[in-house]
Amino acid sequence: MDAIILQILNGLDKGSAYALIALGLTLIFGTLGVVNFAHGALFMIGAFCAVLLQRIMGLSYEQVDPEKTDFLGKPLVVKVPYVESWFGADFGAWLINWSVPLSILLAIPVMLLVGFIMERGLIKHFYKRPHADQILVTFGLAIVLQELIKYFFGANPIQTGAPTQFAGSMDFGAILGFDPNVIMYPYWRLVYFAFAAVVIFGVFAFLQFTTFGMVVRAGMADRETVGLLGINIDRRFTLMFGLAAAVAGVAGVMYTPILAPNYHMGMDFLVLSFVVVVVGGMGSLPGAVAAGFLLGILQSFASMNEIKSLIPGIDQVIIYLVAILILLTRPRGLLGRAGVMEE
Amino acid sequence: MSKSNFTRRGLLKTGAVTGAGLALPTIFTSAASAFTNEPTGSTVKFGFNVPQTGPYAEEGLDELRAQELAVEHINGMGDGGMLNTFSSKALDGTGILGKKVEFVTGDTQTKSDAARAAAKSMIEKDGVVMINGGSSSGVAVAVQGLCQEAGIIFMAGLTHSNDTTGKDRKKNGFRHFFNAYMSGAALAPVLKNAYGTDRRAYHLTADYTWGWTQQESIQASTEALGWETVNNVMTPVGAGDFSSYITPVLNSGADVLILNHYGGDMVNSLTQAVQFGLRDAQANGKNFEIVVPLYSELMAAGAGENIKGVYGSMNWNWQLSDEGTQAFVRSFGEKYGRPPSNSAHTCYVQTLLYADAVARSGSFNPCSVAEALEGFEFDGMGNGPTLYRAEDHQCFKDVLVMKGAEAPTTEYDTLEIVEVTPVDQVTYEANHPMFGGDEASLGECNAGA
Repeated sequence: MDAIILQILNGLDKGSAYALIALGLTLIFGTLGVVNFAHGALFMIGAFCAVLLQRIMGLSYEQVDPEKTDFLGKPLVVKVPYVESWFGADFGAWLINWSVPLSILLAIPVMLLVGFIMERGLIKHFYKRPHADQILVTFGLAIVLQELIKYFFGANPIQTGAPTQFAGSMDFGAILGFDPNVIMYPYWRLVYFAFAAVVIFGVFAFLQFTTFGMVVRAGMADRETVGLLGINIDRRFTLMFGLAAAVAGVAGVMYTPILAPNYHMGMDFLVLSFVVVVVGGMGSLPGAVAAGFLLGILQSFASMNEIKSLIPGIDQVIIYLVAILILLTRPRGLLGRAGVMEE
Repeated sequence: MSKSNFTRRGLLKTGAVTGAGLALPTIFTSAASAFTNEPTGSTVKFGFNVPQTGPYAEEGLDELRAQELAVEHINGMGDGGMLNTFSSKALDGTGILGKKVEFVTGDTQTKSDAARAAAKSMIEKDGVVMINGGSSSGVAVAVQGLCQEAGIIFMAGLTHSNDTTGKDRKKNGFRHFFNAYMSGAALAPVLKNAYGTDRRAYHLTADYTWGWTQQESIQASTEALGWETVNNVMTPVGAGDFSSYITPVLNSGADVLILNHYGGDMVNSLTQAVQFGLRDAQANGKNFEIVVPLYSELMAAGAGENIKGVYGSMNWNWQLSDEGTQAFVRSFGEKYGRPPSNSAHTCYVQTLLYADAVARSGSFNPCSVAEALEGFEFDGMGNGPTLYRAEDHQCFKDVLVMKGAEAPTTEYDTLEIVEVTPVDQVTYEANHPMFGGDEASLGECNAGA
């Protein structure tokens, strides 16, 4: 039982990342009708916002420590971060320690800007082009963004740690009445799950309960009619693209303590997230979220030793098998709307 | 109507002239080039094939720095580095056999096909006489095979799989780096002292040649101590998130996790194992422990605080106190502002060893060079006296057992040397079953053209 609960927790964790990326993908597809293969790159750019802030926080001046020597036997040059000298040692150290959560403040404007530039500069020219053209151009853009990140940050993964207060793991089993130390789960992964839940509900609430969201939903249902009412639906859709980029970006920021950011992390998540969107139903926001968690949990169970010993390699293909099964029985996906991608 | 002058004498004369004509280029070429890329001018070219992009790029770039430094020293520039401490004095800082050394570089991308393509281009277009480098056993085995076919010498860089000088050994290929068997043999006594003989180990293993042979070696050496192997789970290379593989470990009955991972995979799996509380846990009434059999400084830097107290092994470390190490660290440190890595050391030493073998044999012919390297004993290059064994072209020297430093004072001393395991303790027979047994053979030397 404890192994099952652990795999469910793992699945929720993976599912959170899938759901957040798929949510953004679906928002873009649902509003603009664009299949955005650069969406994984937006997740990666968000992660590198955390790396960037970590580097900014780490900017230091050099001070010679005459009492110690370096590897060549010369006086040791110690690096002192500017934030510690500007804000005091304690507050400076606190800022450095909390650089990942604080990166969200950097990532939101950066991602809105990146989203805006992407949509106005490139994507809008492909609205009326076939989906194949959209896929090609956004995939090309993803490669360009990936190479840019590699050029500036290098090819190796960069460790970006969570605040020390969230290091280690909690005894999750004790809460459920299990023996101590049976179900240990890292704090930050639980934080990520809670964060994902807040973002998902925030996006839903924004679309459901605000006038802006109502207009966007109306535009998703019938773009032309909303336009005829004198509403500039294009501008709202551009903002939705920015919002989708920001969701991917903050998802990337918060994921960095779980997986050290690297230049190809966007591609790693993109394919899986597209499967999630298709399984959930193209254009369906609840479908994307539900499928994200469902496939995350299934993938986690498939990686259990007991299951892999019965069906070797099942952990690598489970998502695609489920996708085939669901699309054979429900071609529109779990919660897909009629007419989407069916013409 | 034309008249034919076809006579027996004419036929013989024509045949002789034609035969001589056809044979002439062969005579000239065989005389002009007795082996692949025989250097004719005042320079000779080396090929440095390292990962310059991809997940092992930092290792590769450090190898490249070291190779460039080695070329400087061979050509008489800089402070001479290890040439001052190397026991052989065949190199005098004027190049090799009167020729200055030049080099070209290739990018392996840590992919066998890309590495072979880069090596092929360097051999065919740039005319290199030797290829040095690499940061993966898969790449090393592939490029070694190519060099054997092409008829040039391959000096393998960072490759730790038993297969490189085991079942896949080649007459034209040489390895200075240690291997998985040697890691197991060096680590076992230290693990016994630290954790006892009653332990249950769980292995997570990278699913390719290096992971397989390392797991086999570590399992054999720890089981010889009395440890039990609870499970061995293969993980895909570049898995990223290892949480699904780590969560079953704590309740598996194991009390030691052995991570047969390297590079970014090791950084991720170790970090995640610590995040999941394995280092704070208790199992079977003992503290749960993690072992990383193969360490590198660049990996240690990536894993940060998570490596504190974790045991592993290394081929060489800049903190060694011998003269050769000190000379190399000073030379590399002055030029690049940082101590050299394990992999940089290997590629530097191999460049000098190749050059020295050419100077001793008096020829760039790969078969003469191979003969000069086989059974060659030397000192002054770190790790004490070293032997290039003739039977399999594997170097034998002391092996380092390392531990993640508890309180590093700089960003470079993240690992500390726990023990220098004497070479006798890590030596094995050339026909050891883990190295291809009696069937493994170097084959014949290939000089190419």
